Amino acid sequence: MTELLQHLVNGTSLGTIYALIALGYTMVYGVLKLINFAHGDVYMVGAFAGYYVASALGVQERPTLGKAVLVFVGAMAITGLLGFLIERLAYRPLRARPRLTALITAIGVSFLLEYGFQLPSFRTQAANLEGALRGWGVAVPAWLSALFARLPAEFPPGPTPRFFPEPFERVDWTVLGGVHVSNYDVVSLLVAIGFMVALQLIVFRTRFGTAMRAVSFDARTAGLMGIPVNRIISGTFVLGSVLAGVAALLVAGSRPRIDPIMGLMPGLKAFVAAVFGGIGSVPGAMVGGLALGLGEEMVAGYTSSSFRDGIAFAMLILVLLVRPEGLFGRVTVEKV
Amino acid sequence: MTRGGFLLRSLAPFLVALPILWLAQRSAPADVTIVLISLGVNVILAVSLNVVNGFAGQFSIGHAAFMAVGAYTAAEITVALREVQIAGLPVEMSDAVVFAAALGAGMLLAAVAGLIVGVPSLRLRGDYLAMVTLGFGEIIRVVIENTKFLGGATGISGLPPYTTIVWTGLGVVATVVMARRLEASTQGRALLAIREDEVAAEAMGVDTVGWKVRAFVISAAFAGLAGGLLVHKIQICTPRMFTFVKSMEVVVMVVLGGMGSISGSIVAATVLTLALEWLRGLDQYRMVIYSLLLIVLMLTRPEGLFGTREAWDLLPRWLGGRRADGRAP
Amino acid sequence: MRFVRAVAVVVAAFTVAACQSKKPETQAPAAPAAAAPAASDRVLVGHVGSMTGSEATFGQSTDNGIRLAAEQWNAKGGVKGKPIDVKTYDSQGKPEEAAVAATRLLVNDKVNVLLGEVASSRSLAMAPAADDRQVPMITPSSTNPRVTKEGGKVRPFVFRVCFIDPFQGTVMAKFARDNLKVTKVAILRDVGNDYSVGLADFFQDKFRYLGGEIVTDQSYKAGDQDFKAQLTAIKNKSPEAIYVPGYYTDVALIARQARELGMKQPLLGGDGWDSQKLYEIGGKAIEGSYYSNHYSPDDPNPRIQEFVQAYQKRFGGIPDGLAAQGYDAAMVAFDAMVRATAPGGVPLRDAIAATKGYPGVTGIITIDENHDAQKPAVVLEVKGGKSVFVTSVSP
Repeated sequence: MTELLQHLVNGTSLGTIYALIALGYTMVYGVLKLINFAHGDVYMVGAFAGYYVASALGVQERPTLGKAVLVFVGAMAITGLLGFLIERLAYRPLRARPRLTALITAIGVSFLLEYGFQLPSFRTQAANLEGALRGWGVAVPAWLSALFARLPAEFPPGPTPRFFPEPFERVDWTVLGGVHVSNYDVVSLLVAIGFMVALQLIVFRTRFGTAMRAVSFDARTAGLMGIPVNRIISGTFVLGSVLAGVAALLVAGSRPRIDPIMGLMPGLKAFVAAVFGGIGSVPGAMVGGLALGLGEEMVAGYTSSSFRDGIAFAMLILVLLVRPEGLFGRVTVEKV
Repeated sequence: MTRGGFLLRSLAPFLVALPILWLAQRSAPADVTIVLISLGVNVILAVSLNVVNGFAGQFSIGHAAFMAVGAYTAAEITVALREVQIAGLPVEMSDAVVFAAALGAGMLLAAVAGLIVGVPSLRLRGDYLAMVTLGFGEIIRVVIENTKFLGGATGISGLPPYTTIVWTGLGVVATVVMARRLEASTQGRALLAIREDEVAAEAMGVDTVGWKVRAFVISAAFAGLAGGLLVHKIQICTPRMFTFVKSMEVVVMVVLGGMGSISGSIVAATVLTLALEWLRGLDQYRMVIYSLLLIVLMLTRPEGLFGTREAWDLLPRWLGGRRADGRAP
Repeated sequence: MRFVRAVAVVVAAFTVAACQSKKPETQAPAAPAAAAPAASDRVLVGHVGSMTGSEATFGQSTDNGIRLAAEQWNAKGGVKGKPIDVKTYDSQGKPEEAAVAATRLLVNDKVNVLLGEVASSRSLAMAPAADDRQVPMITPSSTNPRVTKEGGKVRPFVFRVCFIDPFQGTVMAKFARDNLKVTKVAILRDVGNDYSVGLADFFQDKFRYLGGEIVTDQSYKAGDQDFKAQLTAIKNKSPEAIYVPGYYTDVALIARQARELGMKQPLLGGDGWDSQKLYEIGGKAIEGSYYSNHYSPDDPNPRIQEFVQAYQKRFGGIPDGLAAQGYDAAMVAFDAMVRATAPGGVPLRDAIAATKGYPGVTGIITIDENHDAQKPAVVLEVKGGKSVFVTSVSP
């Protein structure tokens, strides 16, 4: 019994992370009908953003609540900005093109982030370049050398995983005779629920939300009605990316290893969760995330754990074959 | 056209290619050989993926999985029959027959895998199809990793080095001939119709799902051929060689060359393979360059180098060119 | 019907080709492979390593070790008066890239000896090229037995200077039974990593043979962030120790999450744990766990301390097991070159095969008839943020 309860706790903890990321997917898909492949990597950037802010603030040596708040805010700001830039530079120019073009671009952005972050730091790259130039007999002017030496030595972080300092102190409770829960699990759950409620309010009770729904229904007509479509889409992206950033910090805090490809799998799984719950639906993303987290946990814990990643894909295929619109999705009929 | 004439015309590309390949094989040093074989394998992959992504306009990003199926099948057969010699044949010919059989079996099983993946997936459109093919690709890889009989994570090693320039070149010719024939045929026209406007094609009575599945199966079979050839050159077959990243590398080639253009796929595969070799010192930037290439390409010239046109359409008619009005020879 | 005919044509063409393609094939291997570059006045060492990718530290550490060895020999005048150069190509962590890189080093650069790789799957991809060109290859850290012996036959030109997985798995099994006195162990293996799977299998066999019980066998994939499902299942079976033969990045997280679930058992592992990052990420959770390794940097033996200090001076930081292995591989190669009649090809191969009692920093190295090194392994305990020597186990 304890084992089952522990699995439930683990699965919920996992599921809330998927839910937070899935919320971003679902919102973007709702307005743009685009699978933002790069979303998982925005999540990864969020983790690193938190890492850099925390390093700058010296969180590891002297953690305080104020610093933790700053880390969260800083990471959220950076991911929001990243989301805005990606949309503006990579997706907006392709709005009129076939969706496939945008999907390919999304994959390109995803790889760019993943592999870009795996490059050695700018300072090391510059040093290599300098060495190569010297080797070919090209004189490197002193001012250039000095400039190279001033480049960041920690960015890009490179492929080696890094240790993420705890933003707030971990407290473990043992309840119900042997089930271990930590405050991180509780906070993740509360944050996810909180954001879901907030998002639902935004989508259904604010002007911005109404505009979002209008754009997702028919962007052209919404534009004709005077809705600033570009701004709405940008805002949606920023919102989704901020959520990814929050998810990243919660994960990095409790599972303190970050590396440039940490976003690939969670991104794919969150997409599955969003599809399962009904892509475009906020409560659907939440339910989908929890369902996937619990499902994965149960299968890995009780049957073979080597097929853990396969579960998500199996679920995806099943959903798309049986009920492609997901749990909460609307059935759309294609009209010609 | 008489039966004999047809046979001659079909075999012509192979017969023409054979002496050229033979000469290349005899004169090429070992490091050039390995580059040429890599090139050939990439061309086969790009052209075969083009059949699905380009002709049929379906976005499949799990191609590496079919490569894996073909590779593992061929590997299991050659390793099992390593010491066996067919009675009455000298050793080399016996090996060649075994290799041909292994490749054929690889293609067959890859085709079956294509069928299994295609039937459920090809009901879906666009983004969803892409995700499902990605999912299937990963599932196949996970299954291979967990199967002891296939070597699990270690894979199969000690494969006999059967792949040569001649074999690879013949594979390339076979793939290109297949693609060209397909494009010019009724079946090909159906695929192109599906690509241009699936709903209209359906309305015109084209069995869209059926044709899409067939294209998928053919594409998978030739991916299996590429896989079999590749692993018998480097003599090892591991699951990590067939990841999603590998699939995307092939997608980049197809997109760069132009989805729907066979010559585009060939040129793009060649350019990218050679660029990789030339820029060995910049290995760590390779994927970054690939991704930037994808993004810039999509933003500026999404139809790729050749779009849907072919380089050989510029040739005179008797060599297979097509007039500007699109009439086939 | 047309399609069937097309297929028939393809098959016919292949059969036609089959008769002809074999002739050039037989001629290529019959021609003597590139002779040893004896006439050159420099010695070139080729290294294939994973300099990029998720196992970048493995390749970089090994490279450092090799270069340190070359520099030390060059300071003494090189091999028989010839200076040593080291050329490194990146395998990017992929077997097919390792094969291409090895071929380049052998054919283009004409190296005297080939060093690499760390991961067995990549060494397996390189081995046939070395055998074909008749250039000796020494792998510093590949532990899968198939690298030197495939299908019952020893590869003529491939050697290793480390122990093999059957031995390593045995070491920890014996340690668990004899030193820790445990009877019930759970296994948590990285199912996508051939090294991890191999070690887990060998440990399992030996542990059962010694009378122990494997209570459960769970798997994960490298890069996973969440292991609680597997750990909860393990916890339920109450093992006395958990064997986690993976790489340090995952092991550190596994240790943390195990402690979070209230599990107090020690973890056991292999040389894949060897990295500073283990302590950094693992923190308190990894304390009190044990792993087998090639060497211990705080071994008071003067030979080892000299190496540690030289490495620290040259590269900063304490050398890990991979750097030490890289160093030893290069040193064995140079030592053999002095003994050999020519610094390459068959003479060098014979000299390497005759290596007996060479004092490496990872132990006394003797190459046996399987081209493997007969060496003891050390068992280390993680204590106070670093690894402490516990015991040494000989084959």
